[in-house]
Amino acid sequence: MAREAALTAASRPRVTSQTSNMLRFLLVKLAQLVPTFIGVTIVAFAFIRLLPGDPILLMAGERGISAARYAELQAQFGFDRPLVVQYWDFLKGLLQGDLGDSLVTHAPVTGEFFSRFPATLELSLFALAFAVIIGLPAGVLAATRRGKLLDHTVVGVSLTGYSMPIFWWGLLLIMFFSGTLGWTPVSGRISFMYFIDSVTGFMTIDTLLAGDWDAFLSALHHLILPGIVLGTIPLAVIARQTRSSMLEVLGEDYVRTARAKGLSNFRVIMVHTLRNALISVVTVIGLQVGLLLAGAILTETIFSWPGIGKWMIDAISRRDYPSVQGGLVLIAFIVMIVNLLVDVAYGVINPRIRH
Amino acid sequence: MALLDIEGLSVRFQTSSGLFAAVEDVDIRVDRGEVWSIVGESGSGKSVSMLATMGLLPWTAQVTADKMAFDGQDLQHLSARERRRIVGGEMSMIFQEPMTSLNPCFTVGTQIDEMIKQHKGGNRKERRERALDLLAQVGIPDPARRIKAYPHQLSGGMSQRVMIAMAISCDPRLLIADEPTTALDVTIQAQILELLLTLQEETGMALILITHDMGVVAETAKNVIVQYAGRQVEKQEVKSLFANPRHPYTEALLSALPERAMGQDRLPTIPGVVPGQHDRPTGCLFNPRCQYVTEHCRQVEPVAAPGDPARTLCHYPLGNPGDAATPDDVSPRDASPGDAPPVSRDPHATQPEVRP
Repeated sequence: MAREAALTAASRPRVTSQTSNMLRFLLVKLAQLVPTFIGVTIVAFAFIRLLPGDPILLMAGERGISAARYAELQAQFGFDRPLVVQYWDFLKGLLQGDLGDSLVTHAPVTGEFFSRFPATLELSLFALAFAVIIGLPAGVLAATRRGKLLDHTVVGVSLTGYSMPIFWWGLLLIMFFSGTLGWTPVSGRISFMYFIDSVTGFMTIDTLLAGDWDAFLSALHHLILPGIVLGTIPLAVIARQTRSSMLEVLGEDYVRTARAKGLSNFRVIMVHTLRNALISVVTVIGLQVGLLLAGAILTETIFSWPGIGKWMIDAISRRDYPSVQGGLVLIAFIVMIVNLLVDVAYGVINPRIRH
Repeated sequence: MALLDIEGLSVRFQTSSGLFAAVEDVDIRVDRGEVWSIVGESGSGKSVSMLATMGLLPWTAQVTADKMAFDGQDLQHLSARERRRIVGGEMSMIFQEPMTSLNPCFTVGTQIDEMIKQHKGGNRKERRERALDLLAQVGIPDPARRIKAYPHQLSGGMSQRVMIAMAISCDPRLLIADEPTTALDVTIQAQILELLLTLQEETGMALILITHDMGVVAETAKNVIVQYAGRQVEKQEVKSLFANPRHPYTEALLSALPERAMGQDRLPTIPGVVPGQHDRPTGCLFNPRCQYVTEHCRQVEPVAAPGDPARTLCHYPLGNPGDAATPDDVSPRDASPGDAPPVSRDPHATQPEVRP
């Protein structure tokens, strides 16, 4: 009896220890985010103030502004106080979820950000899907045909794609597909003919919810070119990483074992090799999210895509301090959360981490 | 008809500096239920010849053979699909590094199940029963728990047991074990060898054991092939090989056994290393390391004497050909034993006849 009790007692903590391991893993990761986040707030706060130019002078424009009115506005926005105090205020507001109001629209920065964020998210997800759907198979095929024409093509094209300046690539595509061929629209998210109520903020989903098929096609039509432009660099990175990771795994003993088991070549590649190669590919895909949000700024500007990229550019040119610092902090926060999710996903696909 | 019948097997690798012959003119003939050992130093082409048989070499390898048959089926001209039916099913293999030979992303059970599904079929429950039986058969305690384990949760010895369970899961008629104990510590080595031999006896499968350890050969095999630098230099029944080694290389390997060096100050070694791609000597490949070397050895490549049952690849084989005993694998190339000229043990005593 006593032995039995000891056995059950010994087996019980095994289950809980596994869940608590995962919990601890998450908590440690979250704790590691704190210093990064504080760093981000400092950089975001300092960055916009380091730029030459003054928001009040910019608002006044060419007419100029009297010294008295200038001082009055400075006091109103709190710019006359020491920077440390301003930063402290910013931090205090941030912890309460308040990023302040835009100097230009006088609306809360958080609202401005999240009303535009779905557009950027939709574009980024489309770009990421494009990059994964093309890049992953391209990498796998290149690795299985190492040294052949296809391999050289994939390596060459992805190097070109990786080195391509986004703005130039975007303009080239617009010139060819929108200009010469007239296949795709030049800018915007959807044709002016359609008025779709925003439910999710995703134009493709909202049009479907509205049951308007033509509007959906129009939204998709608008998404293709910016999606390709934004997805080009991630596509190149994913293809190259998949290829090198596959080549590495193909040389592993366990792949030889899989062949020795008499499994089909397809199963050896797609199950035994790809499953292991994915571990590093997933990490790289996660890292692309930061790249996508950064790339979105250029892509959205080129295609007049009404997302946070375009909004940030406008805010920077107007020295809209609260919008820029708030936007930067929110973007950084999103990237950090995505990276955390990637870490978790990494644990799920790699049993050596999970157990 | 022999189970595995290989004649004139050569494997060449395409390298940046041309073709490198890793294995040349190797003959292996294994009958049902026989235990063979292939012995030789690292780089002697033991593994490569067996990997070639299994069709597991990378694409840079060119495999040629006069004959390469498993149970009468010509392995060289089978379609990939037909060949996969044999590989893993009727002929399976375990490897040197058990810790890296199992896929880290899948449980032990999944990996065994996959193999049974591929070759035997059956429903999920049957396959699971079979996997549990196999794990018990190879001496894994608590199979019901281990079947859910990932490879990184197993020790080296346990991993090798899982590999063995997987290899025998489809009742192969031939099991090739490529240095199965090299990566394990000594106490586990003996257990794994014992397990392989027990399984061989129970199932009646043939076993080819690749090793560089003469001690392992003595304990396990009935017949031995000695390989050096990709060449098969001698082939004998194990007792006779230990009593009357014919090739100077075999003799040198045997005298390097600690139990044979009793009373000597130092354990004898073979000076030098196996020649690689760039330092191949002319004449006999073993000549730079052979204690009996003559000028003739340095210039002329040896061939096996027509009447030598051990098929010794040497100008001056040691002992008498009549003392050599080979297993019943007289291939058409062999002449009947006994009509070979007696060769003196000391090559320096008489002037050798030149055999081109």
